[in-house]
Amino acid sequence: MDTYSLTRAFADSWALLFLTLFFVGVIVWVFRPGSTKGHRDSANIPFRHEDKPATDKEARP
Amino acid sequence: MMWDYVKMALFGVIAVLAAIAANYARDAAYLVNALTIMAVAAGMFFWTVRSTGEAKPVEEGEYMDGVVRAGVIATCFWGVVGFAAGTFIAFQLAFPELNFDWAQGYANFGRLRPLHTSAVIFAFGGNALIATSFYVVQRTSAARLWGGNAAWFVFWGFQLMIVLAATGYLLGATQSKEYAEPEWYVDWWLTIVWVVYLAVFLGTIIKRKEPHIYVANWFYLSFIVTVAMLHVVNNLSIPVSIFGSKSVQVFAGVQDAMTQWWYGHNAVGFFLTAGFLGMMYYFVPKQAERPVFSYKLSIIHFWALIFLYIWAGPHHLHYTALPDWASTLGMVFSIMLWMPSWGGMINGLMTLSGAWDKLRTDPVIRMMVVSVGFYGMSTFEGPMMSIKAVNSLSHYTDWTIGHVHSGALGWNGMITFGALYFLVPKLWHRERLYSLSMVSWHFWLATIGIVLYASAMWVTGIMEGLMWREVDAQGFLVNSFADTVAAKFPMYVVRGTGGLLYITGALIMCYNLWKTVTSAPAEARAPVAAPAE
Repeated sequence: MDTYSLTRAFADSWALLFLTLFFVGVIVWVFRPGSTKGHRDSANIPFRHEDKPATDKEARP
Repeated sequence: MMWDYVKMALFGVIAVLAAIAANYARDAAYLVNALTIMAVAAGMFFWTVRSTGEAKPVEEGEYMDGVVRAGVIATCFWGVVGFAAGTFIAFQLAFPELNFDWAQGYANFGRLRPLHTSAVIFAFGGNALIATSFYVVQRTSAARLWGGNAAWFVFWGFQLMIVLAATGYLLGATQSKEYAEPEWYVDWWLTIVWVVYLAVFLGTIIKRKEPHIYVANWFYLSFIVTVAMLHVVNNLSIPVSIFGSKSVQVFAGVQDAMTQWWYGHNAVGFFLTAGFLGMMYYFVPKQAERPVFSYKLSIIHFWALIFLYIWAGPHHLHYTALPDWASTLGMVFSIMLWMPSWGGMINGLMTLSGAWDKLRTDPVIRMMVVSVGFYGMSTFEGPMMSIKAVNSLSHYTDWTIGHVHSGALGWNGMITFGALYFLVPKLWHRERLYSLSMVSWHFWLATIGIVLYASAMWVTGIMEGLMWREVDAQGFLVNSFADTVAAKFPMYVVRGTGGLLYITGALIMCYNLWKTVTSAPAEARAPVAAPAE
């Protein structure tokens, strides 16, 4: 098979499947039970460390 | 010390090579570009000589804001230049006498149009993106920029790229690819600058003190990475001579067209959308003083946008030599793109829920909200125009130009103005802006300007689309092309007037920001206390 047909066949089969599953995985990961607390914490990142970088002591794991 | 000597040698060699290149130059654009590089390298050489051996304090405990301040100034400057160029060429279309005979070949519409688009997208938008990304990545990573002066290299390297490209356009250097006009050596230079930009941004994320990478940084990072990929692939060309600006594209025919619009549409998707969404996800919550409406939605917004945008390019090539399946694919993905776009819009707007009263009192947040509104409007209009049946009417007409400008002036412009109004008091340690009523004036001038622009282009675009396809009872075309040009005159005047209002607003902003830095009361800084831990 020529390169065009080969890559084309790969793109609309395995690559498409992989990308779709990855995307579904992201949605499942976002809505996983118990994730709300972590997301709320992340949403508040802009309200910390406005004026100075965190020192090593302040850094969170 | 050692590094200073290396730099001196490097600048000296570059200056000499640029002088040689100027001597052998085969065209005017290349000559002027080579002389510019020679002057810059020589200047840098002397500057390095003079400053060598000076102690350079390392301020690891502070954010690196100098380069952000420079970026804010550059954004204002190039914004005014780009808006002025746009307003002028708008009037050139209405009054062709403005293509002056004495400037023929340099300042006619064809030469100034890429100057306008590059100035507003890359110079104004690019500087805004670089400056805000440096500001946001530091704050949300709680870490100083990585790479020391590499950030300054990114800033000045980017300005050099702009100057080389702009002077090249006026003198006729272009590879005739929309939004990718700069010729080969400017492309190579931008690639170097961009890789350093990626390194600085990524380096800062890697040394972050926050465990989570805030969503704004995801958008900025996708913008930097994707633009690097698009830029390299779309600019694969072979110079005709190393002493001339002309180059020949590696791709040809429909492959070249598809590569160009894969680039072109993702320049919109990742430069003008993903990057500016990075701004939205930081500055809207900051100005509203509340976290983003839904962090979960922001993550889905990001991945859906990334996954869909990259396939939407073929809608620029409906009814061309492009295979039908590719054009249908582009259309379908463009329509699907409507969903994440509106998800993002809702996320931005709803961040204000519970604080809607701020819309009455704070003109800066009003600007941001209108900007997100325009984002929603143009991301509805775009998918609609990508439908083949609609596109057969809208394509090649002024409707397209109206669509681009409601996105660019409304979304990109207004969110940038909002970010600038937020940043200047912070960066120069001022208590507040010089004048809020000036912000209101800017807001109304800009908003009315956009409304005039967009509505004029809807009317003229649909009108000329209908005129082009009008046939009489025998099946002959009714209108000649010149008939449509004559019919568009009033709308062209309205469009130019909209541009005048928009640039007036921007000038008021520049004055207001200038007075904020020089005359607004200084911020009362809390005395630095030792942590009581």
